[in-house]
Amino acid sequence: MSQFILEMRGITKEFPGVKALENVNLQVKEGEIHALCGENGAGKSTLMKVLSGVYPYGTYSGDILFKGGVCKFKDIKQSEELGIVIIHQELALIPYLSIAENIFLGNEQAKRGVINWNETIVKTKELLKKVGLNESPHTLVGNLGVGKQQLVEIAKALSKEVKLLILDEPTAALNEDDSENLLRLLLEFKKQGMTAIIISHKLNEISKVADSITILRDGKTIETLDMRKDHVTEDRIIKGMVGRDLTNRYPKREPNIGEVIFEVKNWNVYHPLHNERKVIDDVNFYIRKGEIVGIAGLMGAGRTELAMSIFGKSYGKKISGQIFKNGYEIDVSDVSKAIENGIAYVTEDRKGNGLILMDDIRKNITLSRLNKVAKKFVVDENKEIVESEKYRERLKIKTPSIFQKTEKLSGGNQQKVVLSKWIFAQPDILILDEPTRGIDVGAKYEIYTIINQLAQDGKGILLVSSELPEILGMCDRIYVMCEGRITGELSRDEATQENLMKLMTKTEVRG
Amino acid sequence: MQMPTQKTMTRHSEPIEPKIQPFAQMIKNNIRSYSMVVALVLIMLLFQLLTDGILLRPLNVTNLILQNSYILVLAIGMMLVIITGHIDLSVGSVAAFVGALAGILMVQHHVPMIVTVVLSLLLGALIGAWQGFWIAYVKIPAFIVTLASMLLFRGLTMVVLKGQSIAPFPKSFQNISSGFLPDVFHGKNIHLLTLIIGGLLSILFIWLEIKKRNNAKTYGFDVIPAAMFIGKLISIVVVITVFSYVLATYEGIPNILIILATLIVAYSFVANKTIVGRHIYAIGGNEKAAQLSGVKTKRVTFWVFVNMGVLAALSGLIFAARLNAATPKAGNLFELDAIAACFIGGASAYGGIGTVSGAIIGGLVMGVMNNGMSLLGLGIDWQQAIKGLVLLAAVAFDIYNKNKAS
Ligand SMILES: Nc1ncnc2c1ncn2[C@@H]1O[C@H](COP(=O)(O)OP(=O)(O)OP(=O)(O)O)[C@@H](O)[C@H]1O
Ligand SMILES: [Mg+2]
Repeated sequence: MSQFILEMRGITKEFPGVKALENVNLQVKEGEIHALCGENGAGKSTLMKVLSGVYPYGTYSGDILFKGGVCKFKDIKQSEELGIVIIHQELALIPYLSIAENIFLGNEQAKRGVINWNETIVKTKELLKKVGLNESPHTLVGNLGVGKQQLVEIAKALSKEVKLLILDEPTAALNEDDSENLLRLLLEFKKQGMTAIIISHKLNEISKVADSITILRDGKTIETLDMRKDHVTEDRIIKGMVGRDLTNRYPKREPNIGEVIFEVKNWNVYHPLHNERKVIDDVNFYIRKGEIVGIAGLMGAGRTELAMSIFGKSYGKKISGQIFKNGYEIDVSDVSKAIENGIAYVTEDRKGNGLILMDDIRKNITLSRLNKVAKKFVVDENKEIVESEKYRERLKIKTPSIFQKTEKLSGGNQQKVVLSKWIFAQPDILILDEPTRGIDVGAKYEIYTIINQLAQDGKGILLVSSELPEILGMCDRIYVMCEGRITGELSRDEATQENLMKLMTKTEVRG
Repeated sequence: MQMPTQKTMTRHSEPIEPKIQPFAQMIKNNIRSYSMVVALVLIMLLFQLLTDGILLRPLNVTNLILQNSYILVLAIGMMLVIITGHIDLSVGSVAAFVGALAGILMVQHHVPMIVTVVLSLLLGALIGAWQGFWIAYVKIPAFIVTLASMLLFRGLTMVVLKGQSIAPFPKSFQNISSGFLPDVFHGKNIHLLTLIIGGLLSILFIWLEIKKRNNAKTYGFDVIPAAMFIGKLISIVVVITVFSYVLATYEGIPNILIILATLIVAYSFVANKTIVGRHIYAIGGNEKAAQLSGVKTKRVTFWVFVNMGVLAALSGLIFAARLNAATPKAGNLFELDAIAACFIGGASAYGGIGTVSGAIIGGLVMGVMNNGMSLLGLGIDWQQAIKGLVLLAAVAFDIYNKNKAS
């Protein structure tokens, strides 16, 4: 018996026009937390899908050995029987079902087809306790925040007697507290003997929890590092991923700040369903030309709600307040008016709200501003192709061609398509909601460079982010939100991790 | 970050950029529409053999067009509805209702034909607006709204007709469905005008294709090899020529074919080339994302239903003119034929996918089968059963293809 619980040998996987994996090797020791790192599109998710049987035996070449035995999974069910459980990059819970129903979906506690609800509830309670989630098993999943949903996913995995837990970017959508919580949980499970593979672009997390780390680049294994022996720093990991040193995480920029270009006054928004609940409470802020303004806040602080309500009133009811651009009040009562007035909003939910997954890259990029590539009402496809090719190059979208359907792109590359789409729309004010979620360090740097460039061109940028280092590294001025109110405004020099955190949790501001 | 270096991807990072999709991929992307064309041709050949050559006789080809015109008109509108992710079950009833009112106006009140036609189309638009309002703005599922309208307008048809048929229509109205283009050149045994139109169409087609190709070249895109391009031109010209010859040896071009051709060209253009077309597809692909991209999702959905109403009215007129009567039973099950045509022609039941030409091909597959089976003397009973199986087979084939591709 080898010391490895899992060995993947010489895995090669091809999609039409793309070799996603080429002769990849992965060895995971029993009881360790093994991190998988690599740029967007390096093949991390694909490798894990091969392992868990999403891509069945025969659609790839190479061998999988689990606990010394050769595995030829036909589907996920078979890998789950052996205790290999995967939590996918995109949450796969059903919002209309309760926590308990979700956890035991496909694995119902039943006798002869009749579900034993009492047992289900009891077991759910146990599992929720294990993951530290204080919610009733009957709560609908749709009513939970992303952080809690992620915990439900983990509870679901635990209900299946996991030996090897695979987490594909589990913290990408979580704020720091929730991430912290999840990582602590992972370390706890490790103590109990569980093995885990974690994919993440957040290198500080990886340094914190991983025992060893395998780096993929362009579908090939680059190296496997032992975190304790090799004394691995974050810069060392980046070097492996990118193939060169990356000295600065945030590109330098000389801010060139002008007049106020955008101003929001007395903005109030109510919840779309619960009519009395105020989601945004008397918010006032402004952005100047060439300025990058950050909005920090915890999950649920109302940042996305604020952004979306400004962008064509896409969120909320009974919205009141005024919006000014260059000193004149503008009408943003629907999205097309907002776009015409030069506002763009890059959503945090690229799959649900950002992309038309069944359409190709080109059509997605031009959708919000088709008249730019049209004569009157007729789309000039040649021009459209040329334009979208430009963005493919500029944002380095990794794809065989711009005719690739966006559902086939890796998560990070999908994000780049969404960004392209809104840069294409040539806005004056660009609202970015978690623009680097799920994006690798190299690409992050590129995206920061692009954001800086846009600011340099005189646009106003509003950056919503849950990653404080990103806010601190990028913004000239920072607003902090808590429970729908702005609880503070800090300049670049004043802002630190600590005082931001303090404002983010400052619930009592006014009498 | 460097560009990917795998062999399979290098072809895309060659220096001359940008590139249009490679030919093989183009074929692959279009495999569904091509395979349906192939299926249509095979079905035609099959019945041509089984019926000892009756199927493609000039008389029968003309008949085929006349028989299927009203379904094809519906299928065009239905395709747009299905692309936006909705369905319309009411079109048969709406067609009947409009036909009935047209009958009352023209036959009982002697309203001039042109006025009647305009009023009928307006009525169709109004009915479409009624449905569009509930579906787009009140957000009631289209299935329910149009199911209600299906009952509503079938009932109203019987009410206004008092259970009776109205006939006959004036000759001018009948001509919509049974008239032919007059031969201004007075050919002896052959309809000269038809041949001339065929020739002109061929020239127009060649000109458009060459223009498109040159345009692509100036942008530096890949174009299909010259030999293949010429082959494509020749085969299309042959089809046009043979088709117009067949029609010319009978009575020439039916009026209805001109209406149909205009609709097909216009709607294909709108769907493929215009901003509105893009918006329609985007709504079906992901309504939320479309809305956040500035697409006026409600308004577009509303107008798609208005359009469907107009085409349903047109279909009702064509059917009434062909039957030379307005009957309470008119348009029965038309909705199902139109929907089947769309799905056979490659529409996705989830929205976002489908083409106008697909709907036409799907409609023709059904039409040729109806016609061929009738020629063979098969009863309506068997025809229904076989059509059902064909629908299922077509969609299963579609899903098989998709799975293979991914
Ligand atoms: N179903 C598919 N069809 C075609 N290509 C695909 C498919 N799935 C993935 N790919 C391609 O395979 C490559 C690897 O994708 P994968 O999702 O594994 O990347 P990743 O390392 O998980 O990236 P990210 O960090 O962005 O999530 C990408 O180039 C992607 O475009
Ligand atoms: Mg991934």
